[in-house]
Amino acid sequence: MTEAEAHAQPAGLAHQFGDLEQQQSAATLGIWVFLVTEIMFFGGLFASYAIYRWLYFAAFEGGSHVLDIRLGATNTMVLLASSLTMALSVRSAQTGNRKATVIFLIATMILGGIFLGIKGVEYNQKFVEHIVPGLDWSPEGTVLSRLAPGGLEHAQIYFFFYFAMTGLHALHMIIGMGLLLWLVVRAHKGAFTASYFAPVEVVGLYWHFVDIVWIFLFPLLYLIGGRY
Amino acid sequence: MSQHIVPQRTYIFVFLGLIGLTMLTTGVAYIDLGPLNTVAALVIAFSKMLLVVLFFMHLRHSGGLIRVVLLAGFFWLALLIGLTMSDYRTRSWTPAPDSWSSTAPPTHP
Amino acid sequence: MSTATLEPRVHAQRTYLNADYGWKSWLFTLDHKRIALLYLVSITFFFVIGGSFAVLMRIHLTEPQGALVQPETYNKLFTLHGIVMIFFFLIPSIPAVLGNFLVPLMVGARDLAFPRLNLLSWYIFIVGGAFTLYSAIAGGVDVGWTFYPPYSSIYSQTHVTAVAVGVFITGFSSILTGLNFIVTIHKMRAPGLTWFRLPLFLWAMYATSIIMTLGTPVLAITLFLLALEHLFHVGIFSPELGGDPLLFQHLFWFYSHPAVYIMILPAMGVVSEVIACFARKRIFGYKIVAFSSVAIAVLGFLVWGHHMFVTGQSVYAGLIFSLLSFLVAIPSAIKVFNWTSTLYKGSISYEAPMLYALGFIGLFTMGGLTGLFLASLATDVHLNGTYFIVAHFHYIMVGGAVMGYLGGIHFWWPKISGRKYPNAWAALAAAIVFVGFNLTFFPQFILGYLGMPRRYAFYPAEFQVLNVMSSAGATILGVGYLIPLVYLIWSMRYGPVAESNPWGATGLEWKTPSPPPPENFAEIPVVNEEAYAYSAQAQEATGD
Repeated sequence: MTEAEAHAQPAGLAHQFGDLEQQQSAATLGIWVFLVTEIMFFGGLFASYAIYRWLYFAAFEGGSHVLDIRLGATNTMVLLASSLTMALSVRSAQTGNRKATVIFLIATMILGGIFLGIKGVEYNQKFVEHIVPGLDWSPEGTVLSRLAPGGLEHAQIYFFFYFAMTGLHALHMIIGMGLLLWLVVRAHKGAFTASYFAPVEVVGLYWHFVDIVWIFLFPLLYLIGGRY
Repeated sequence: MSQHIVPQRTYIFVFLGLIGLTMLTTGVAYIDLGPLNTVAALVIAFSKMLLVVLFFMHLRHSGGLIRVVLLAGFFWLALLIGLTMSDYRTRSWTPAPDSWSSTAPPTHP
Repeated sequence: MSTATLEPRVHAQRTYLNADYGWKSWLFTLDHKRIALLYLVSITFFFVIGGSFAVLMRIHLTEPQGALVQPETYNKLFTLHGIVMIFFFLIPSIPAVLGNFLVPLMVGARDLAFPRLNLLSWYIFIVGGAFTLYSAIAGGVDVGWTFYPPYSSIYSQTHVTAVAVGVFITGFSSILTGLNFIVTIHKMRAPGLTWFRLPLFLWAMYATSIIMTLGTPVLAITLFLLALEHLFHVGIFSPELGGDPLLFQHLFWFYSHPAVYIMILPAMGVVSEVIACFARKRIFGYKIVAFSSVAIAVLGFLVWGHHMFVTGQSVYAGLIFSLLSFLVAIPSAIKVFNWTSTLYKGSISYEAPMLYALGFIGLFTMGGLTGLFLASLATDVHLNGTYFIVAHFHYIMVGGAVMGYLGGIHFWWPKISGRKYPNAWAALAAAIVFVGFNLTFFPQFILGYLGMPRRYAFYPAEFQVLNVMSSAGATILGVGYLIPLVYLIWSMRYGPVAESNPWGATGLEWKTPSPPPPENFAEIPVVNEEAYAYSAQAQEATGD
């Protein structure tokens, strides 16, 4: 029942596939289908967000202004840079450049770590300001208390979305970091060649997807209603 | 995926474009455009997504099947958001009947 | 049914069942056929659990004031019956058992695209099931399988989070299975096997996989949000927190309506295969049936609001959902017409699989037609929340999906096990199931129309006769389900050895020995004929 079959095959070819091209094609289609499931997974959150933003716009605006736009923008650029290094890593694998593949993977991890670090700073700020729904919510002293009647309750919904959406995103980043570490180890050992680099490409696509989620989270959470 | 190898320069230009758009969207937030602020933010975000998808994720060089898969994903997301939203948007079109009025006496036994 | 060219399996032959021994060779297998059997055992286990809850409910309902349990316990019974039957039996049943076994064989491949994901999906299923069983043993859940807040998020004192986590985890099993099937069907078809030469079972699995991958993630995020609300008393579904309970219902039903098509489409696929084989005729209107499967999958995502007609949803949204719900019935009806046309002037024989398929057509039609009563806004106001709904969905899920599942098990059993079962017993069991089923659920249409509410532990005394009839029917139905359990297990040791193609059916799975070797085919087949080439066989005696 194991995959070990008697006939000779190219390195890395699984027994159910006829050739490496079919295997690569299947892997690519597989990860794209998975990413679509992730679109629907985050989609439930985005749909709920859209409804409550429409219902309670003032509270969402007020909540958004409490966020630090500089940290948000910086994080956005850090993540975009990590997508660049990830794309360059895949390209290095495609061209059979083992050393560059590893270096760019490590760079991606470093940038991902910076993103998570800044996120941690932001989360900590929320605890300091006592605006963490469910765990530490007492916003009376903050600018939120200037919202119209009912606004504080609705602001809690805004911050619920803030933590749920960025938290789920951060969870996906952490999983991505784990995948990157796995890739670094394998790449360092020379597992990838110009004809077999599907794992790098697959993780790359996942990483870019997580970046795209943030591309939307930044304006939707940090830039509501403008800051003029 | 095809073996098409994208030049490093292309990736770097795309990255610079993404940074530029990020600075643009942040800058636009400081200008009062009313409801257009949201529109601008979403348009810019979509453009950034397109850049990442087409270039970093190689959709430019992927076959039609992957594009259909991705389009299906967006279509279903639009369905989820749109059809759910349609309930909330149209609830007020039918006014709820008055159940109690302080001046009218109760009429049921 | 066999000709001289088909030889029974010789005992020394290497099959996927005997190629390796020991528990490790099963629990760490990557062979899709073994994984299918792991699922078969697991879902049978859950069917017994879910069925036990049903038995307790039907005993309780023989008395108007309740014969067995406290109302609080009754609430837990119907909740767990629903959760176990839907998430741990019906949704995996045909895809995870028959789909896993047959998809690679039918496309002419050696395995699915991602065998390790396949095994992972079974483990995920087991872990999810463990969470749910834990919550059942620890005291149960009483929120209904629909988990509506604010009761489930704020007021219920039962193990809501544990069950939500269990179902959340199991959802990923479904997603991975769907993903595997989509990639396999796209990328691993044998040479010559074009899309329109695929057996309709594969079209059904493909359409089902679309639903599994696109819908299940929404259920996952919804349960995740519900669990957050239950645990931290902060969220978006409860009015006390500024939220809207209807939002939960929108998100929940966005998945759960298409989920019913996950349950029925595979059964329709089985029916297509069985009808063609036992009428010795190609399916009438192959392309229409194939497109109808995909149409059901797509349209099924547009109708979820019909579960919310009386909840305070916008009347205009209700109108749109009602219209779309009528439309989604059309492709299903088309399929029924096509199957019937296939039977017309066919050379029909009444083996057990065919009995289940014929039963499916009748019962599914009844279930589907009663769905139209519910799709209509005005009548739904009267019928919603009554036993009419219970009868409607049981006609589809039990009269339809379970009969399709049993028919499929009986059709492919020789291929899976290498043995044949006694047809007389199988036909008897099918008849008992049919009679028991109708006696159980037809009275419930009447009860619902007369106004008996669902999910109540007691009812007005004038409904007792119909309730007792229903409970009597449930007993007969239970007997009908137990009989196959006995003779199928018996056949594994004592049944006559099966040849490659005991039914003389078309399809690549029948061109390999029963049971198949681990690698499925000695050589990857090349396909050069249409899907149901029965007329080409007509010249020979009934076999191939």
